[in-house]
Amino acid sequence: MSTRSLLFGGLLVAIVAASAFAPLLSNVDPNAIDLSATFQSPTWHHWFGTDQMGRDVFTRTLYGGRISLAIAFCAVLLAGFFGAIAGLLSAYLGGRFDAALMRIVDAQYALPPVFLAMLIVGICGPSMTNIVIVVTLANWGRFARIIRAEALSLRERDFILIAKLAGATPLHVVMRHLLPNVRNTFAVLLTLDIGLVIFMEAALSFVGLGVQPPDPSWGGMIAEGRNYLDTAWWLSALPGLVLIATVLSSNRIGESLQRGDGVLR
Amino acid sequence: MPAYLLRRAGSALLTVWLMSVLIFVLVRLVGDPAYLLMPPEATEADRQLFREQLGLADPVPLQYARFLAGVLRGDMGNSFHFGAPALSMALSRLASSLLLVGISLTLALAIGLSLGVAAAVRRGSWIDRFASLFAVLGQAAPPFFVALLLIRLFSVQWGWLPTGGHGTWRHLILPVCALAWYSAAGIARLTRANMLTVLEADYIRMARIKGLPAHVVIGTHALRNAALPIVAFAASQFGVLIGGAVAIETVFSWPGFGSLMVEAISTLDFTVMQAAVIVSVLLFVSINLAVDVLYALVDPRIRYQR
Amino acid sequence: MNVLTVHDLVVETGHARLVDGVSFAVRAGRTLGLVGESGSGKSVTCLSVLGLPPRGVQVSGGRILLDGDDLRAKTPAELNALRGREIGMILQDPMTSLNPLLTIGRQITEMFRYRDGVTSRKEREARAIELLRRVRIPAPESRLNSYPHQFSGGMRQRVAIAMNLACNPRLLIADEPTTALDVTVRLQILDLLREVQAERGTAIVLVTHDLHLVRRYCDDVAVMYAGRIIEQGPVGDVFARPCHPYTKGLLGAVPRLRERQHRLTVIPGQPPLAGSIPQGCRFAPRCARAQADCLSAYPATRAIDTHRGVACWHPEPDPQTADSLLATATS
Repeated sequence: MSTRSLLFGGLLVAIVAASAFAPLLSNVDPNAIDLSATFQSPTWHHWFGTDQMGRDVFTRTLYGGRISLAIAFCAVLLAGFFGAIAGLLSAYLGGRFDAALMRIVDAQYALPPVFLAMLIVGICGPSMTNIVIVVTLANWGRFARIIRAEALSLRERDFILIAKLAGATPLHVVMRHLLPNVRNTFAVLLTLDIGLVIFMEAALSFVGLGVQPPDPSWGGMIAEGRNYLDTAWWLSALPGLVLIATVLSSNRIGESLQRGDGVLR
Repeated sequence: MPAYLLRRAGSALLTVWLMSVLIFVLVRLVGDPAYLLMPPEATEADRQLFREQLGLADPVPLQYARFLAGVLRGDMGNSFHFGAPALSMALSRLASSLLLVGISLTLALAIGLSLGVAAAVRRGSWIDRFASLFAVLGQAAPPFFVALLLIRLFSVQWGWLPTGGHGTWRHLILPVCALAWYSAAGIARLTRANMLTVLEADYIRMARIKGLPAHVVIGTHALRNAALPIVAFAASQFGVLIGGAVAIETVFSWPGFGSLMVEAISTLDFTVMQAAVIVSVLLFVSINLAVDVLYALVDPRIRYQR
Repeated sequence: MNVLTVHDLVVETGHARLVDGVSFAVRAGRTLGLVGESGSGKSVTCLSVLGLPPRGVQVSGGRILLDGDDLRAKTPAELNALRGREIGMILQDPMTSLNPLLTIGRQITEMFRYRDGVTSRKEREARAIELLRRVRIPAPESRLNSYPHQFSGGMRQRVAIAMNLACNPRLLIADEPTTALDVTVRLQILDLLREVQAERGTAIVLVTHDLHLVRRYCDDVAVMYAGRIIEQGPVGDVFARPCHPYTKGLLGAVPRLRERQHRLTVIPGQPPLAGSIPQGCRFAPRCARAQADCLSAYPATRAIDTHRGVACWHPEPDPQTADSLLATATS
């Protein structure tokens, strides 16, 4: 692996770890209001400064990371899992199942994912679970389509034909032959998807249809800092930079996997 | 080719129909509007009257039929909140967003294609590295965040441009830049990758062997062959940008489709939600259809196969 | 009169030399066959003559003279002006050497448009139709608007030839033009090239590994091995009396139709890779006649007759004519 990918891998791991172990890194309550210490710029005492209610921005960024990343990873894994299975089955079984599934995916693409997400959150309420479900639903189609395309091109290959001639059941062919060969594409898609999902959750939170205050989330914090751009730039900027760093790292890792200089081969 | 198009058109209509069913069902899942929208002191009789007025007391299939008939007629009821016809609200706000997204996508294509081609042709040069940086950052920074940065710089600090609202061309600049960067990044990337592949092809070598001038080799031969996936990508970016515009419209108080959705959902304005979804679906399905046609026009192999 | 003279051409990629001091010449109206295994450097040589080496490869030494003009001394613009006008090239795979998204009419007329500055579309098309007729494509008027995938392999190669003829080049390089075609079509294509040559006096370099074609269509032959020419001369001479053991081995490996069946020669081993060229004669590790001095120093090219040369310390003694390809000419 090139040093650059290692660097970004390390960065990502650092951010994820920092968020996961937030309580260890900061003994401050992210929601602790202290109206005497509002709008403090970044100091040694408050690394990221404080916001309009005197809450420590660094702590909130860490805890917000917990929430945003947890949502992101769950959604990516769920969307990836269901999408890939659907794509594989669709490619392998073909016929009406394939047509029906692709019709559903196409229908989903008729609406921008954000709209769909907003609709469902609006209707079912913005709980954490709902957000994960919504983002998953908005995303699985991507996996289904791409994995299906991969599997379709594999299906024509000789080794599949040989397996079928030897009497393998469809499930066996899918699990033992198709699955391992789409593994690489799948891994690349997963990593690249993380960024997209973080964007989506951040956008939802930004417009108020995602993680609800006072729970911290990167998107929500950026939204809250919006009104204080000139006076307290750190409120929006710092969580935003952490978000960018996270997305940047996962994108870079995804790309290096794509180029083949990653661990998988 | 006509047969191909007919099939795609049929498929598109089916999609629209499916989505109409979906939104119809979804909206009714929220709960009884008679409870949600009426004040708590209202009596049961009032609520029943409300239901009957909205046609909610009838059996569901009938409601759907009426809804569908309304859609075909162009009447989707009035907004609960504003009283104005939902469809016209959706359409006017859509036009506003389309302006924003259209200009952004055009700008993104112009920048993305130029950077991508330049980076591929001058591989390893400073323009290649700049393009990479541009692309990497553009895809890592959420457009709404970029928007805030731009506002901080250009509105707050230097006062050159307004912080929000609409009306003059000045109001367009910042939102367009914020949106365009994200798409331009993806387009530049894809263009560069495709061009690099195409430039290795034998027919490019042949074009050079023929002594054709560089702009013909790159423009007519290379770019045309690299174009198809880029076109498809740009079309898909349209949907992405409409989605991304949701946050951007909030930041700039731009009266667009995305912010309409947000408002409608926040206030549980069903008719507007329905109208917005139907309009949106029709739009995207048409775009996808147009892309399919474009594909067939550009690549003669598809045309003759089907 | 030498149309093309290549002198001591060196082509490198990184630290490996793909072509290491190659010299040959082609006269007007004559065809030089450039023969060798895959990886011997034949294609790279041709592309380098045109000034279009593959990515990562550059010409680092030698002279390339076109009618006395040193091509390496020219600016890129001047070189580009020569391409398609004075020098043409036909690539191996006609499917990939034509742009799939443009009509063949367009791919021919664009040469008239951009290079000759012919503004009238009707005139460009008229010229294109004339060219297509010349390469015997039936009903050329209607085929101008066809796409490459609508043609057969042989026809596509004819179109490629037509594109090259568009400007009457003095030198035509054909890099394995028939390898990707059906056997029945191969002779037609090469016959066409020979006709064109007879008409216009074009010098042709024919790169191939098919010795039958060399015998039939070439006047001179140069044999390449591991980036160097190890033997060259008039075809009849070289094939009748091969001096270099490698040449003899190649000829021995060609099955003959009319003679009694004999064992085909097998040359054991593999040619060296560009990065690990041995010292001394490059063929020595596989040569049955190798001796101590073969391994230590690369043999200088020795002239045998007026037009013949061989790079070998211990060339074959006067060989038997019974084995020569001459006696079994399939023509």
